[in-house]
Amino acid sequence: MSIWLARLAIDRWRLAEGLRAGEGADAAPHALISDTAHGPRLTATNAAAQEAGVQVGTMLTDARALCPSLAVAQADPAGDRAALEALALWAQRWGPWSALDLPDGLVIDVTGVAHLFGGEAGLIADATQLLARRGFKARVAIAPTAGAAWALAHYGPEGAILQPEDSLDDLPVAALRLDPATVLVLRRLGLKRIGELSGVARDALARRFRNHKAPAANPLIRLDQLRGRVPEPLLPVLPVDVPLVQRRLMEPIRHRSLLDQVLGDLCADLVRVLEGRALGARRLELALWKVDGEVLQCRLELAAASRDPTHIAALFGRKLDDLDAGFGIELARLRAPWTEPLPLSQRDFEAAAEMHGTSLAACIDRLSIRLGPDAVRRPVPRASHVPERAQRWVPPLAGESVSQGDLPFHTRPLKLLDRAEPIAVLYASPDGLPRRFRWRGQVHEITRAEGPERIAPEWWRERSTVRLRDYYRIEDGEGRRYWIYRNGLPDDGRGGVPEWFLQGLCA
Amino acid sequence: MIAAAPFTAPALPAALVPARGGATHAELFASAQDCAGAAFALALESQRAAPEDERPWLWVQDRASLRQTGRPYRPGLPPALRHRLIHVVTATPEDALFALEEGLRCRDLAFVVGEMAGNPRALSLTAQRRLSLAAEKHGVPLWLVRVGAQRDLSSARQRWALRPAASLPPRWNAQAPGTAAWHAELFRARNHPPGEWILRDDGQALVAQPAQQSTDNVDLAGAAGDRPLAAG
Repeated sequence: MSIWLARLAIDRWRLAEGLRAGEGADAAPHALISDTAHGPRLTATNAAAQEAGVQVGTMLTDARALCPSLAVAQADPAGDRAALEALALWAQRWGPWSALDLPDGLVIDVTGVAHLFGGEAGLIADATQLLARRGFKARVAIAPTAGAAWALAHYGPEGAILQPEDSLDDLPVAALRLDPATVLVLRRLGLKRIGELSGVARDALARRFRNHKAPAANPLIRLDQLRGRVPEPLLPVLPVDVPLVQRRLMEPIRHRSLLDQVLGDLCADLVRVLEGRALGARRLELALWKVDGEVLQCRLELAAASRDPTHIAALFGRKLDDLDAGFGIELARLRAPWTEPLPLSQRDFEAAAEMHGTSLAACIDRLSIRLGPDAVRRPVPRASHVPERAQRWVPPLAGESVSQGDLPFHTRPLKLLDRAEPIAVLYASPDGLPRRFRWRGQVHEITRAEGPERIAPEWWRERSTVRLRDYYRIEDGEGRRYWIYRNGLPDDGRGGVPEWFLQGLCA
Repeated sequence: MIAAAPFTAPALPAALVPARGGATHAELFASAQDCAGAAFALALESQRAAPEDERPWLWVQDRASLRQTGRPYRPGLPPALRHRLIHVVTATPEDALFALEEGLRCRDLAFVVGEMAGNPRALSLTAQRRLSLAAEKHGVPLWLVRVGAQRDLSSARQRWALRPAASLPPRWNAQAPGTAAWHAELFRARNHPPGEWILRDDGQALVAQPAQQSTDNVDLAGAAGDRPLAAG
């Protein structure tokens, strides 16, 4: 929905004077002027002046020649802009977001909300009526694209709603939101209506305007925006409320120490407000109302967004040194008009960890972030009697899976080699157990042995050629205890002579 | 009624009884051919552990020590400790030091065991000192097992040399290896005279008996009294 406040400036002047349309000073010709290099020029006129033939854009002296009774006032473009912004926020009652259409229009997204107002006609009636009650003369139009709505609001019939079968070909080319120079060019080319643009070959127009990148200077871009062929992002207006805290004092304060305390409280309050919004202050304004009606202003800017109350209070404290409190200060207010996003941070995270130690979860996090998630694990039992399958590794904080009970093993080694290492048997006793073997280049003499503990392969998951193992727990001459096994039996038909491996180191 | 005396306290040398409130950084030198160092540390810790203590403990191994002495095997760990293990494998000694220090700074860990192979450059006196200070500050004992390492400079409060000892024959099968036994030599300690002991796990508790002295100078040092012998 596009709203054109056709007479925004003059309506604002009239409302500021407290007049209704056509009464008091508004009944006589009146105009708003702005000063230019060649003298004052009219920027807006009221209805009486228009009837008298005064046109917007003429010099004031020319207008006075035409209408000697013309009264004037200074135009206020900044005020118009501020009023338009306020109106844009107010207009969000009709849709989720609205955008400014400078200098005197609004665009509101009303997709899917018209039924709340009784259809699109009801929405237009509501908008017109409410704006009229506020004293603004407005033209409202609804169309599928912002460009089409703008064209209808400015050049279409009153309260126009674009239907799918409607055509905008009859509107003048100025309805394409072009700047005056481009409109002049098109008029010189003989293209006066939007429909006539379609009559010209598109590549001819593209070649003619190939150096005009701005949409307002290129009728092809505007035409595509009007028909919705290219997207036209609009900048929505968002309300920003300035963080503000204030303290009203029961007794007017006259002493610096009390003021410092109030200032500290204000800073703490403001910091709490800023923290809630994850903002840091860049500019701060402190206002102090004195009993005798004077207001002391004090402002400062920070080099970087900050949320440190002691820092802010100290900075203000230096500025308040030569303050004249007069009969006392009764109200203090602190605002932060300029803020920047400042993420919340844990200030004393490291210090707290240094003092009291980290929690287990924090410790695991730090370890697994630096070393990788697979480096930090814990073993849990698995129901398998094959030694290397009897445990599996899970994340450190994962709970153990529920089981009916661990498999009760005979003595097991403290540590298991990742791959069982082959050992060379140098001398074996008649029952096959080695008496002397070489492992990692060192000869070990077995003095005591226990076994065998026969562990058959898991036939339901291994191939049929896997051999069973006979495990022996041994101790060598120096007291070292190992867990060795013979892989297979000599006559099991699954390979040649069985080999010996060392798999575990006992305590 | 006679108050129940601590069952194992008289059997253990004073160096193995933990000082009240003080966590120590102990360094255990062991060979790469056996796992006496880690087994000794775990035997002591399972001896010390209160039955209701369910805090996890950390075992940090660098890649070289993992390759040489293997990976912890849960069915063979002491029953009081096996379900509380958190195991960390690091690629480099620097990462192992980082993991050890992080573990020492964690208030939820019962103790930390580190295993590092050889004498890496990263394990300097400064790094050792960081570990000692962190262990004492946060009250988490550290057992640093040096696998196949030379006895370099260190700030450990106790320095042990460990090797396996012949076990006693079991009662029912004299041919079988018995329960674990270690020959432990305390060669440097801050608050204890050095000494040598044979520690055995007799099935219920650790018992220590003085080892036969092979050299005389240990005797001399032992007679010197209870003064701090090593500054660090």
